[in-house]
Parts: sequence; C-alpha cells; structure tokens
Amino acid sequence: MSAWMLGPVLIPAISAVILLFLARRSIGVHRFVSVIGTLSGVGVSLGLLLTTLDGTRSVVSMGDWPVPFGIVFVVDRLSATMLVLTGLVALGALGAALRGWDERGRNFHALFQFQLMGVSGAFLTGDIFNLFVFFEILLISAYGLLLHSGGKERIRAGLRFVILNLVGSTFFVIALALVYGSTGTLNMAALSAGSWSGPVWQVAMGLLLVVFGLKAAAVPLHFWLPESYSAAPAPVAVLFAVLTKVGLYAIIRVYGLSVGLDALTPVIFGAGAVGIIVGAVGALASRGMREMVGWLVIGSVSTAMLAIGVGGPEGLSAALYYALHSTLVTGALFLLAEIVTEQRSGDSLESGPRLSRHAMVSGLFLLAAMEFAGLPPTSGFVGKLSVLTATAPGAGPGWIAVILVGGLLALITLSRAGSALFWNVDDAQSSTGPVPVTQLLPVVWLLGLSLALMVFSGPVLDFLGDAASQALDTHTYARDVLSTVGGRE
Amino acid sequence: MILGVSLVVAVLVGTGLFLTLRERSFETILGLSLLTYAANVLLFASGGLVAGSAPILHSAEPMPDPIPQALVLTAIVISFAMTAFVLVLALKSWYAMDTDGVDGEEP
Repeated sequence: MSAWMLGPVLIPAISAVILLFLARRSIGVHRFVSVIGTLSGVGVSLGLLLTTLDGTRSVVSMGDWPVPFGIVFVVDRLSATMLVLTGLVALGALGAALRGWDERGRNFHALFQFQLMGVSGAFLTGDIFNLFVFFEILLISAYGLLLHSGGKERIRAGLRFVILNLVGSTFFVIALALVYGSTGTLNMAALSAGSWSGPVWQVAMGLLLVVFGLKAAAVPLHFWLPESYSAAPAPVAVLFAVLTKVGLYAIIRVYGLSVGLDALTPVIFGAGAVGIIVGAVGALASRGMREMVGWLVIGSVSTAMLAIGVGGPEGLSAALYYALHSTLVTGALFLLAEIVTEQRSGDSLESGPRLSRHAMVSGLFLLAAMEFAGLPPTSGFVGKLSVLTATAPGAGPGWIAVILVGGLLALITLSRAGSALFWNVDDAQSSTGPVPVTQLLPVVWLLGLSLALMVFSGPVLDFLGDAASQALDTHTYARDVLSTVGGRE
Repeated sequence: MILGVSLVVAVLVGTGLFLTLRERSFETILGLSLLTYAANVLLFASGGLVAGSAPILHSAEPMPDPIPQALVLTAIVISFAMTAFVLVLALKSWYAMDTDGVDGEEP
C-alpha cells in the first residue's frame, strides 16, 4: 500500500527521466512514454481514491523515519479527489498537446511529467517544507511550459510570471523559517497537535496566506493570471487551471491543520466575495477570449474561496464540487479559445469569419457557457446551488446577491462572447482551414467529465461532504499521522 | 548576535524588495537574489543561534539544530537554480524585445 501511495509522484518522475534520456528520439517516442506515464498515474490515483472511500487515511513515512521527524505522505479523501482531478485534466491537456504543440519546442513532455509530479506531490505531502519543494518543482515546470514555443508575447508574459513567483517562493521560505522558529516542527500533524501563539507564529501564518493566495489567484493577488494564461499555449493553460486549485488545497490543508479554518473565515470570505465581482467585471472588460477565460478562472476560484470562508463542512464540500467543475469547464473554454485563435488568427471578441465545423464548435461553446454560468441542469448549476445553500445559513442571505450578480455578469460575458464569435459571422471572410476532429476530442473529454459530474452529482456531493468532514477533522488527522509506526523494529 | 542577524535580514529584504520593483530586468534579478539570501539567512537563524557550540554531538555540550541547516541547503539549491533560469530568461527577453525593461518596453 505504501508503495502505491508514492505512485502519483514516482510515475511522472520516472517518465520524465526516461523522456530526458530519450530526448533525441522522435516525438512519437516521447508521446508514447508520456501517454503511458499519464495513464498509469491516473490509474494509481483512481486506485488511491477507491481506498479512501471508507474513510481510511493512509500514511507513509519516507525512509521509515519516526513520524514527527520524517516526511510523511498522507492520502485521504481530499487528497485523492484532487489527485484524480489532476490526472483527468492532464489527460485532456495531453490530448490537446499531441496535436502539434509538443513539437514546437523542446522537452515538452518531460516538463509536462515534472509538472504532474509537482502537483501530485503537493497534494500528497504532510510536511510543509516538502510542500515548498513540490511547489518549486511544479513552478519551474510551469515556467518551462509557459515559455514553450517562444515568441515575444510569451517571453514577456513568462518573465513577469517567473519574477512574481520567485518573490512568492521567497516569501514561502521566510514563512517556513518563522514557522520552524516558533514551533520547532514542520510536520502538519505535529503543528495541528500543538497550540501555538505569539507574534512570530501569527506573522508566519499571515505570510503563508499571502503565498497560497498568490498561487490561487485570490484577490488582490490575482493580477498576474489573465496575462499569463492568455500567453500560455492552450494545453498548458488547461493544466494551469489545476495550479490554482493547488493554492486552494494548500490553504485548506495547512490552515485547517495549523490554526483551523475558522480563524481565517472573514479574510477568505471577503477575498472571495470581492473576487467574484472583480473576476466578472474583468471578464466583461476583456478584448480577447483567452483573457476572458482567465478572468473567469479568477471568478471561479473566488467563488470556491467564498464557500470555504463560510465555514463548516457544507461550505467546504460546496467549494470542492465547484472547484472540480470549474477546472474542467475553464479547461474546455481554453481549448475552444485555441480553436477560435487558430481559425481566425486571433481571439478578439468581434465578428469575423465563420469557423469550420461551426455547429460542433459553437455547440461545445454553448455547453461550456451553460456549465460555467450555472444554467440547470448542468454541473455548474449544482455547484452554484451548493455554494448558495451553504452561504445562506452560514453568512447571511445578503451575500447570495454577490454570487448571483457575479453569475449574471458571467452569463452576460459569455453570451456576448458567443454571439460575437459564432453569430455575427462575416461570411465575406474565410477562416483558415478545417478544424480536425482531434482538436475537438479533448474539449469533448473535459465537457464529458463535467457532464458526468452532473449526472452523478448526488454520489459526488455525498463523497465530497465526507471529504470535507474528514479534512476538517484535525484530531483524527493528527492521531492517524502521529501514531504511524516509524523506525526500524 | 540575534540583533545583528535580524538587521542583516532586514537590510537584505529591504534592498531586495526595492530592487525587485525596478524597471530593468537585471536590477530585478539582483533584488531577487538578495531576497533569497535573506530567506536563507533567516532559515539558518530560525534554529537558534548558539555561539561556541559543538558541530557534532559531543557529550553534554549544546549542539546546533541540524534541521535548519538541511533546510538552508535545499533552499540555496532551489534558489540558485531559479536565479540561473531567470537570468537566461531575461537574456532571451532582451534579445527578443531589444530592451531589458521588465514590461517589454524601454523604461
């Protein structure tokens, strides 16, 4: 069992190393290794999810070191859910990349596998310095993937993304120093088992909130997202949607265990509420489709944060469902934006030539827009409804207005984009070439997953409710981790 | 000694942040390096600074905490790799845009 828990980290790592050794071979060999690696990783993640269905929390300590001193990997419902989400989104991104993006630069697949390794490790680890290390792994791969295939705009956006995230990483290290200085431990379970106080501890926690908020693009740390996501290659943008969820997961895990999420509730709730409006207004103001989807990502992360900020397992489970659904839908929207960009040599939201396979592409956009705006009976509707029903008793019915106004603005944005791109077609101009079916398959995959989320929303919501209760149950987490037998017999 | 180390960290962070917010990429990278140095010194100091203690466990003498030393090694390795990467990226940006302004324009 313990070996399988390392699977989601080791399989991409080994695949990446194999890909580096095969760097001079043809792209077909790279694609084969990468696909096998990603499929195996998804398989192992699904297996781990199955082991957590009955509430088991599996813990493995690296090198069998006694637990507060060694680094632990912990799999519970929340981690397993995020691992499965990563794997499924990665399959969609890989499918989109196989069409030709991976040939435009070097070492795409190795960087992709390292990215998966970093994200999986961040979801699995139970030690905050190890979290920092996995954050760095996923960040450096993200830098490489963002800059893939070059070009002026990409390099410019990439330099700013790199500088910003380096500052964030430095703040993370400073916060870790303060945590270790004030508590003497870096293990999340040991942090939850003790009660800490004092100005150094508070500063450390505040700094960690800044770092995780930067990764999650929480308002007011969201300014980097639209530029970076619109410059990224489309399959990379799909995978980047998972990175913001890493930030959300880190807030839930680190804060939930160290101080309890209740201490943060006003801040997270406020940032979420402001972020919904900021994301919606930013999307309305966007000139291009990719920028618009970037702002919609900010809006969806803020909705999840608002639900977390309500507090309690209902809010957390609503936030998780909404995070799952929005990752899939925004990924699909990024891929549709790529189709539009290729067909029209640009993604500005104005009238232009009719796209080929017009009915299919516009139908997928309509479905994605319905999902995002939360029209029934899509998963967006279920997600928004869960968030609303969690907010009303928890924070007061007045706050529902914020969520609904944000939803209305998102609906206006998406319908304006849809009508500009697909209705106001200028038949005098012609688009460049047909849309191959292979370009539509990843979109169908991601939207199909969100439809599955809709069809199975009952069991999924039940499972996520259990996941939220388990995640908030810090006593059993500390007990399970700290009682793991380590050391040689 | 704590006061001296704290002042060093404070000066490094202040200078580093000031330089990071500059308009030219080289100054920004210098600022980032100073920030990482500050973080590393702070990491090292977080284990408690004991003067005159034995480097290896030796009977009853106080021993410095080994964990921050391991953390600092990890952080130094990560930060120097990142600095190397951002330097190459800044160079590539300069070649691509004929200017070293971080915004892509001549400041």
